[in-house]
Amino acid sequence: MKTTSPVTILIAGIGATVITLAQNWKLSGFIFILIAGILFPLTASGVFTFQITQLLIYAIAIAGLNLLTGFNGQFSLGHSAFYAIGAYVSAILMTQFDMPFYLTIPFAAAVCFVFGFLFGLPALRLEGIYLALATFALAIATPQILKFKPIEHLTGGVQGLALFHMKPEAPFGLPLDQDQWTFYVTFAVTILMFFLAFSLVNSRSGRAMKAIRDNQIAAKVTGINLSLFKTLTFGVSALFTGVAGSLSALLIAFVAPDSFQITLAVAIFVGMVVGGVGWIPGAFLGALFILFVPNIAEHIAFGLAAFSDFVRGFIPFFPTIGEQSSKGLTGTVYGVFLILLIYVMPSGLAGLLRLAVQRLAQARG
Amino acid sequence: MTIKKYGMVPALALGFAVAMAGSASAQTPGVTDKEIKIGNINPYSGPASAYGTIGKSIAAYFKMVNAEGGIHGRMVNFISYDDSYSPPKALEQTRKLVEQDNVLLVFQPLGTPGNTAIQGYLNGKKVPQLFVATGATKWGDPKKFPWTMGWQPNYQSEGRIYADYILKNYPNAKIGILYQNDDYGKDYVKGLKDGLGAKAKTMIVSEQPYEVADPTVDSQIIALKASGADVFFNASTPKFAAQSIKKMAEIGWKPAHFLNQVSNSVGGVLKPAGFENAEGIFSTGYLKDQNDPQWKDDPGMKKWFAFMDKYYPEGDKTSSFNVYGYTVAQNLHKVLLAAGKNLTREGVMKAAANMKDLELDLLLPGIKVNTSPTDFYPIEQNQMMRFKGGKWEFFGPIISGEVRGS
Amino acid sequence: MEQVVQQIVGGLATGAIYACIALAIVMIYQAIDHLNFAQGEMAMFSTYIAWQLMQWGMPYWGAFFLTIAISFVLGYAIERAVFKPVHNAPVLSHIVIFIALFVIINSMAGFIWEFTIKPFPTPFGTKPVLGGGILSAHGAGMIAVTGIMLVLLYLFFRFTRIGLAMRAASANPDSARLVGIRVGFMNALGWGMAAAIGAVAGIMIAPVVFLEPNMMVTILLYGFAGAVVGGLTSPGGAVFGGFAVGVIENLASLIPHFGAEMKLTIALALIILVLTLKPNGLFGRKIVSRV
Repeated sequence: MKTTSPVTILIAGIGATVITLAQNWKLSGFIFILIAGILFPLTASGVFTFQITQLLIYAIAIAGLNLLTGFNGQFSLGHSAFYAIGAYVSAILMTQFDMPFYLTIPFAAAVCFVFGFLFGLPALRLEGIYLALATFALAIATPQILKFKPIEHLTGGVQGLALFHMKPEAPFGLPLDQDQWTFYVTFAVTILMFFLAFSLVNSRSGRAMKAIRDNQIAAKVTGINLSLFKTLTFGVSALFTGVAGSLSALLIAFVAPDSFQITLAVAIFVGMVVGGVGWIPGAFLGALFILFVPNIAEHIAFGLAAFSDFVRGFIPFFPTIGEQSSKGLTGTVYGVFLILLIYVMPSGLAGLLRLAVQRLAQARG
Repeated sequence: MTIKKYGMVPALALGFAVAMAGSASAQTPGVTDKEIKIGNINPYSGPASAYGTIGKSIAAYFKMVNAEGGIHGRMVNFISYDDSYSPPKALEQTRKLVEQDNVLLVFQPLGTPGNTAIQGYLNGKKVPQLFVATGATKWGDPKKFPWTMGWQPNYQSEGRIYADYILKNYPNAKIGILYQNDDYGKDYVKGLKDGLGAKAKTMIVSEQPYEVADPTVDSQIIALKASGADVFFNASTPKFAAQSIKKMAEIGWKPAHFLNQVSNSVGGVLKPAGFENAEGIFSTGYLKDQNDPQWKDDPGMKKWFAFMDKYYPEGDKTSSFNVYGYTVAQNLHKVLLAAGKNLTREGVMKAAANMKDLELDLLLPGIKVNTSPTDFYPIEQNQMMRFKGGKWEFFGPIISGEVRGS
Repeated sequence: MEQVVQQIVGGLATGAIYACIALAIVMIYQAIDHLNFAQGEMAMFSTYIAWQLMQWGMPYWGAFFLTIAISFVLGYAIERAVFKPVHNAPVLSHIVIFIALFVIINSMAGFIWEFTIKPFPTPFGTKPVLGGGILSAHGAGMIAVTGIMLVLLYLFFRFTRIGLAMRAASANPDSARLVGIRVGFMNALGWGMAAAIGAVAGIMIAPVVFLEPNMMVTILLYGFAGAVVGGLTSPGGAVFGGFAVGVIENLASLIPHFGAEMKLTIALALIILVLTLKPNGLFGRKIVSRV
């Protein structure tokens, strides 16, 4: 009898794995992402790790909004409220109750779910633009509520809560700095949340959510409990965004009313539309946009003065843009970017991809 | 303990660089033989973009410094990023400045929330967070935050100055307060109340907060008048200050009016509100006002106008922010000169903590910059003044602030 | 009690501001079936145009009417240039374009005119006319102007062919097209009119709040609130809603201990309450959709 050498077993094992992976592109994609995620902070600079961590956090928040809008047809321009609640729940539990950060995430999730569910109740009666406005109002009121006097001892009022000295270090003596460890925590939570999101939209409940989005009355006729599903979806959506907020408290190590202004709600909304409504992976593209495009716009705006001087070399009556005041055009450049993007991709990146797939199918067929 | 990435390679590289250059400054981030990199964050977009002109005037100031030969032969490379007044963005941009651009120091980051968000990071990295642009009291705490220093007189000290004046001159006053419902407004109210001491409870008859989001403060002014107040303490930002001055004239409410120095700009508040309505207002100051005719022939002011014409021609000459930006930039200029040829982060902090009776072009006569290793409050002096006939009239002694730490 | 009366009258004066902008919001909603988040910024920009014209020496009323004309053209042009190319895009993409316009106009105004507040003249004067100065002549004038605009709009939508065509084009574009209405042109016209009304609102509001690039940001929100409370399909309701929001907000500030601090939150909560009870606003008509 021949004994199989360990090398043979190893080769056979690898071979079997490769074949399994080749057959299952979802699994191999997942493993690729996992490896990339583990290697990333070991090779990237601290500030880049910080930015990508922020990107993952935004992606979770955008995915949360997408569950509500893209899969259930309900608007929200107020998700900054749930992001803020998530961040504050974590910060308060850490500062007032000395709870370790990791334990605060489920609390943040639960509290946001309850708030989202409760807000979903009046939202039941509102449709389209009215719901958009009601949620917009929520986002406007959030910073004011956060500094409300009777809860000042918890929230720190306008000063907010600083958590610099509470950032957890990597456990078990792992040779990782805080940036790297924060990334790994966020990465793990991101994988969990997106796994949940994918599972949800492909489940029975997910189909019910989509049926409501496509036609409420028809969905009702097939026996779907409209109120229950809509409010539950609001809760789940808030839960996702709240988890993102909680992670942001870890990353920024500071929460204050000024961090959760209406601009945050608008950013999450823009991220969802840009990434693609009703397409979960689009959340990453949307996050990429809201994180980096303002920085790009800023650089372009700063360079506009030189540009105008250059053009004036050819066209004498071209308006001068002062070197200093060009900085004020950051918003203009960002806005122009947004409009161009909608021109090119009216339905966001998801629409563009769908179009590409269609064309491809046509070419084959 | 955090463990540094790539422990060996940079250490070797650094050792090599030191050996090659042979000068101490080669080790200091942001400093070469030809250049000093200074970082800054300012809101150039978003709801607070009105403050953006501070960053722009500072950039223009260093353009002037460079045109005149730089600092000890080095050109200043002033890198300013937009944080849209959002604390998370402030932290991201600050990290870019420190880790990517390798700036020597972060100068004049604006706003209390943004500065709080970056304070832990900068002190952890031992990067100077110099002359922060906020009047909160918490920026001079060298024991806890040896790398953070404020600049302008703090709001609480100013509130106390008014309290002292009111106690002396209006001992039976009924005080009404208008304040912005945030850290800035509340600091002023705290300063006033602390100054009034035990009498605060009986003297203050009405406190009216407003939100930045409020369109007007008309209803607050109406309520204040109805409260019967005969002394009015106004802790509001320029737009709301102008609205209140105008509304008071409209409804014929004429209390003794104490206006915070945030909003005492002649061109930016009092002229739009109407000089006749602003007559008799009390305030305090530490900077000369470019639209006040008494400084027309002042040499410092002439320099400022020449500077604006040449280096920031599109800038707004009625905006007090441009005077502020020029003055604080001049202060940093002097600190960097004092820190000497051999620039290090420690050296800059040392120079900043050892300013003795420093005078700047646009500080009011008699007001000087003073710091020590235990005193991280550069400007603590104020001068009481009263608005008369289109200009500020100064009276009384130069008053030193007494509120420190939070 | 005296204080309550004062706050109500004061609330009516600020309410006039909200009513003014709420009217412009309803106008554009009638014309394009959308809320325009950039409406306030357009009004602010128009007000700067009027200010600039007056700086150049034009008399008040000349600048007033010329600004209305310019704003109409600009509104029309924005629709043609920015929205026509993407009119088939989903509603959410349109909202993103509104956000983009908001940011662009706001930053351009700051770039051109800087941020220092500017006084804006009033043709009515500032003398007190009521209740010891609580309502100023300008406040009364603003209420009157809002009333006049309301009547004109009512007549326009009710009795002119073009007004009817515009309503049809917005309410049911496909059927409107079938009866020969040029829907795209009607939309652009609606934009122009909304911009013109916004200009009037801005010019009326600026003397009270001072002219600066951010002057309309929060006023627009209150305007939305007013329009929604009154019903987005009813110009009269919007005006009522605007006044109601002004008064409610001021009365909320009288609640002891936390009223003054939380008046915005209270006002917003009330609006959500109204909407839950009457989803189409107090005076809006119900829109029935069929499967």
